[in-house]
Amino acid sequence: METLFAVLVGILFSAAIYLMLSKQSVRVLLGIALLGNAVNLLLFTSGRLTREVPPIIAARLDVLPGNTANPLPQALILTAIVISFSFFAFLLVLTYRAFQELGTDNTDEMRLAEPKNEPLPPTGY
Amino acid sequence: MASPSSTPVDLSQAFVMAPPGLGEWLVILPPALMITAGALLMMMRHRVDRHGFIAIPALVALVLIDAALLLKVSTGGPVTMMMGRWLPPFGIAFTVDVLGALMALVSALAGLAAAIAALTDISDSGRRYGFFPFLMLLMAGVSGAFLTGDVFNLYVWFEVLLISSFGLLILGSEKQQIDGALKYAVLNLIGTTLFLISVGYLYAIFGTLNMADIALKAREISGAPLMTLSALFILAFGMKAAAFPVNFWLPASYHTPRITVSALFGGLLTKIGIYALLRVMVMLFPVQREELSFVLAVVAVLTMVLSGFGMLAQNDLRRMAGFAVILGIGNMLAGIATGTMVGLSGAVLYALHSILAMTALYLVIGRVKALTGSWTLSAGGGIYSVAPGFAFVSLALFLAVAGLPPFSGLWPKIMLVKASVDIGAWWLAAGILISGFLATIALGRTFLLAYWRPAAESPASKRATSNVTRPQQQDRLAAVAILGLAALIVLFGLFPEAPLSLSQQAATGLLDPQSYVRSVFPQGGAQ
Repeated sequence: METLFAVLVGILFSAAIYLMLSKQSVRVLLGIALLGNAVNLLLFTSGRLTREVPPIIAARLDVLPGNTANPLPQALILTAIVISFSFFAFLLVLTYRAFQELGTDNTDEMRLAEPKNEPLPPTGY
Repeated sequence: MASPSSTPVDLSQAFVMAPPGLGEWLVILPPALMITAGALLMMMRHRVDRHGFIAIPALVALVLIDAALLLKVSTGGPVTMMMGRWLPPFGIAFTVDVLGALMALVSALAGLAAAIAALTDISDSGRRYGFFPFLMLLMAGVSGAFLTGDVFNLYVWFEVLLISSFGLLILGSEKQQIDGALKYAVLNLIGTTLFLISVGYLYAIFGTLNMADIALKAREISGAPLMTLSALFILAFGMKAAAFPVNFWLPASYHTPRITVSALFGGLLTKIGIYALLRVMVMLFPVQREELSFVLAVVAVLTMVLSGFGMLAQNDLRRMAGFAVILGIGNMLAGIATGTMVGLSGAVLYALHSILAMTALYLVIGRVKALTGSWTLSAGGGIYSVAPGFAFVSLALFLAVAGLPPFSGLWPKIMLVKASVDIGAWWLAAGILISGFLATIALGRTFLLAYWRPAAESPASKRATSNVTRPQQQDRLAAVAILGLAALIVLFGLFPEAPLSLSQQAATGLLDPQSYVRSVFPQGGAQ
């Protein structure tokens, strides 16, 4: 199960990186969404994947037996999902505004903050 | 507890039973105070005239709390407070040592200066869009990141300050800002996601997120892929700190927002990346840092020398300041790369100097724009004849940024050069000196062109001369902020003993985390 998930996380990472290398800002955005999900799966896998042993503490025991899934990474994922969701929402609006204001979704043509032919500083006066 | 038992439950197996002392509350107070103030400001979002009356006292209180905290940890050693009373390593720990308290105090000072300058720089519409609430949340994220003792919690504070920095960056929604913010947001988000990946691997390897616990276990563990983990951490924090070659988001975005926001970012944000590198690579993984020190040193030299050339090539003063921020990051990385006592305390000292100096540099550039009507070197001029006092203060700040005596930039640079020569890396020392030389040329030229050169007969200079006669009341607050920072920088330069001994204490705490670990595990690491 873990091996399968490791391969899946790897595929998601490579797809995300491929998308993020694109010049179109929407594709970059999709890449970021994919990357966030890949990371969540990675965290999930790091806490063992078993559903056969329910996380119930048996009588006369004080702690869970070692072969149950670790609940802490799942709590981490919840935090990470909330954060990455809010960031994605922000980025979505920002990208839309950038498309409206700058009239392009090609990052090569977004040169307002760094104009192409900026003059060099004067060498004397 | 599994079986219901008639005996009373022994809470001391899971909880810290002793109530926290008064001093321990100081540990959590800075982020709590900032979040409360932010929420309060959010509730009265439309009463923009009152924002200053809440924000400034809150930041003054933050400075006082951080000062008290620094006093406490520098005399009594690191302090830990467990959230929810859970016994370590299970609860989230806030552990403060000298490094964290020192950085928190200096950032609070820079934040206060920026808030004072913002009182006139940020218009009513900027306030209505939430400048002051965002500022408070940014300071909450910054203080939380410096004070926490838990790696995942550090990630959460990174996100807190990142989302508030997005809000500050697009305040005003000009086209340039949206362009800059898109690049800043995408690249910083990828950086923090890399950090999250590293945290996932870290937990998979160690089964704990408490820094003191990791510091103990990392020295014993064998056979784990710690080099991969360290490389990931360096990439993630290098991206946050704007180290070459992952620093292009900084010169693309830092010049677009209001100048006060630039001042805040230039002073605070990149130093958090440096702090995280110090904390994780020096305190948690010293062996792996040693292995990767050559990579770090090469990155450091490239960062500072290339940003030195970047400073020379810029006509826009704000973009020049952006490269000055990166140049300082290169110097701090050099200290981390050496890994010696002198090098690390030099890096800490440089970070303190850089927080103050970069905030002041951006605020000075804001005044230059107000006086000459232009951000560029080619159009401005003639400040010396209209505002000689301001020119004098600016020159002092320029010298401090370039690292010339008798100001604060000198001492860390001496220590960093000495540390690099000590380990035999003459090229690292040469990089530090060459980059300082390039910064001196760039800033000297700024003084020559914007201050000494007589104002050209252009519409811009006409506005400049009319500015002189304008009522000065509006400028007074920015002047107070700049003068306060300049006074700190001069004091720091003339009397370096106190910051020097504190940064040495911080470096000792990083190299030998005994006292840090003992403050979390009083029994000496029972886990």
